[in-house]
Amino acid sequence: MDFDLDETASMVQASARDFANKEIVPRAASIDREGKIPRSILKDLADLGMMTLALPEELGGADVGTVAYSAALTEIARGCASTGVTMSVTNMVAEVIARFGTDAQKKQYVPKLASGALVAGSFALSEPEAGSDPGAMRTTAKRDGDHWVIDGAKQWITSGDFAGVFVVWARTGGAGTKGISCFLVEQGTPGLSVGHHEDKMGLRGSSTTALHFEGVRVPETALLGELNGGFKIAMMALDGGRIGIASQAIGIAEAALGAAVDYAKERKTFGAPIADHQGIQWMIADSRTELDAARLLTYRAAYLKESKQSFSSQAAMAKLYATEAAGRICDRALQIHGGYGYVKEYDVERYYRDVRVTRIYEGTSEIQRVVIGRGVTG
Amino acid sequence: MKLDLTEEQSMIQQMARDFAVREVEPKARELDKEGRWPTELVARMGELGLMGLAIPDQYGGAGSDTVSYALAMEEVSRACASTGVIMSVNNSLVCDPLYKFGNEDQKKRFLAPLASGKKLGCFGLTEPASGSDASHMETVAEDKGDHFIVNGAKNWITNGPHADTIVLFVASDRSLGAKGTTAVVIEKGTPGFTQNPRDHKLGIHAAHSCTVFFENVKVPKENVLGEKGMGFKIAMATLDGGRIGIASQALGIARAALEKATEYAKVRKAFGEPIANKQAIQFMLADMATELDAARLLTLRAATMKDKGVRHTKESAMAKLFASEAATRITHKAIQIHGGYGYSTEYDVERHYRDARITEIYEGTSEIQRIVIAANTLKA
Repeated sequence: MDFDLDETASMVQASARDFANKEIVPRAASIDREGKIPRSILKDLADLGMMTLALPEELGGADVGTVAYSAALTEIARGCASTGVTMSVTNMVAEVIARFGTDAQKKQYVPKLASGALVAGSFALSEPEAGSDPGAMRTTAKRDGDHWVIDGAKQWITSGDFAGVFVVWARTGGAGTKGISCFLVEQGTPGLSVGHHEDKMGLRGSSTTALHFEGVRVPETALLGELNGGFKIAMMALDGGRIGIASQAIGIAEAALGAAVDYAKERKTFGAPIADHQGIQWMIADSRTELDAARLLTYRAAYLKESKQSFSSQAAMAKLYATEAAGRICDRALQIHGGYGYVKEYDVERYYRDVRVTRIYEGTSEIQRVVIGRGVTG
Repeated sequence: MKLDLTEEQSMIQQMARDFAVREVEPKARELDKEGRWPTELVARMGELGLMGLAIPDQYGGAGSDTVSYALAMEEVSRACASTGVIMSVNNSLVCDPLYKFGNEDQKKRFLAPLASGKKLGCFGLTEPASGSDASHMETVAEDKGDHFIVNGAKNWITNGPHADTIVLFVASDRSLGAKGTTAVVIEKGTPGFTQNPRDHKLGIHAAHSCTVFFENVKVPKENVLGEKGMGFKIAMATLDGGRIGIASQALGIARAALEKATEYAKVRKAFGEPIANKQAIQFMLADMATELDAARLLTLRAATMKDKGVRHTKESAMAKLFASEAATRITHKAIQIHGGYGYSTEYDVERHYRDARITEIYEGTSEIQRIVIAANTLKA
């Protein structure tokens, strides 16, 4: 048993850390303010291999495994949570295609996600009235000769306005989860339009849009995996995705705790740095402990995935615990900053907003508890 | 990163589980109710190598590692937290410092019989007026050249009423504070070494503790562990390891509570179905399982660091803090899931709830752990 990162994972982590410190951290506040990630950052991430970290080399991936992916994503998200989630979703999309796609599909999309030619990948599952319960989705795909025709609407789609390829779920059969299939749809396909851009509390640099499908025709070869087998693909993708979001939450929390520690050592009250007061020390001790616990749960899930063991329940634990702990840690970091934590001059204000969504997307905390509870009671 | 257990670690875990399930668990309720010291189980643990798991075999130990020790502690404590702490004190607080700081002669004389389970050890640091603030002790050792004369008292000494050997911390020079502390080994029967009747506690009833007294006890210099003045360092290094033991004890208690709550939730019906089908119960079980796993990972991380010989003060403190507080929350929820039955001594969760509580106090309170973690985080 060994909890240390191996040499490759350490190198990938260091490379992500260097890039985050040099290129992302200095721009994170403006990314938040302007609501946009510079395209050059996404291109640089692709050039560093960050968009397809755990994918095989023959598809252009870095093939460094899920643990290294988790470590790297944490570093990027520590710099900017918006950039982190863009990277997380792109990796997830590439993995879904590599896992369930035909050879032609893999060759068509994965290398271009790896190189940045497609800019980002996007995951179109949620709908205005189907989030935690995807079996309730209304978007349909109907066969028309050797094509499928997709109609409907998707909601909360990360990178919706610039992703080069979407994984889209649509109903092809009866009601419920067994009548859903998965399709690969390219940006710019006629009938596909980007709808409302969400004005969000946090993660403001990340694009989140609605998507409208009006008679979107895709060839038969766009079907990913088996007909009516889409729900299973979504659930398996989300098992992996949850490791990504847990890693993102850890990155945000690391940033918040780091800022709180620095501030506590400088700021004085009652004649001493506030770091000398037990009221502050306790918050820092609890934050550090919870953050380590979150990281270990996340590395465990990543390790299990990487070594091809079952990890669904462990990924849910990682996501649940990491996101809730990160919420508490950002809250304490803001509290340690006092009034300064409430203003935009200080980064903790952004961390506090950014971290909130991690408890919601890619399965709410409530869904994670359902998954874990089922694992416990059998 | 490699998070799977080695074959040897799995074997020791399985051996401890078999022992705990077959021999310890059936007696746990009776031991608690009667506050009976489990003489036969302590002997069996010695036979099985559980009393000196991480000590090399040439000194009577099982020659295993800290990870195996943590896993075995969890299994034994899952069955009976009292039996668990008896094991933990002997392994972590007595054998470990004797192995790490003892000279060859001390290892042969004191360590070998303790690690093999022929004798039982206890650890004398806490005093009536100093617990968390261990350097302000009042037990004094007067230097008489080739020996010390020790006077004072130590309390909450787990295993005290039954132990043969004590690793005792004394002030050899009070003016130096922590640096004037010395660790010595004293055997039961030494004139002037006496004890009170056992303490009566909220939980861990079968793990007897007591106050011990030293009245003009003559301790030869060859019984000094390490060097004169090294006592505080030895105590702190020892507690870094001890906290892994207590974290594992807390894990065992918490796991027992979660398992029992899960079983109960599946059979108990309310509003026409098992309560396990209600989200209110499912969510409690989900939080319990998640915290338990997080606690175990923190504990095993600290154990792997100890095995590698790298400094693990902060990591042990995190493991102990998190595991003990999680155990309290988990046993609390287990009672809640059991309703009124959980409050009755007919059901084990009542015992688990009482037993868990001590883990937040001994071998460094939660508050001391937070001081350690904060200091290490702030100085980084």
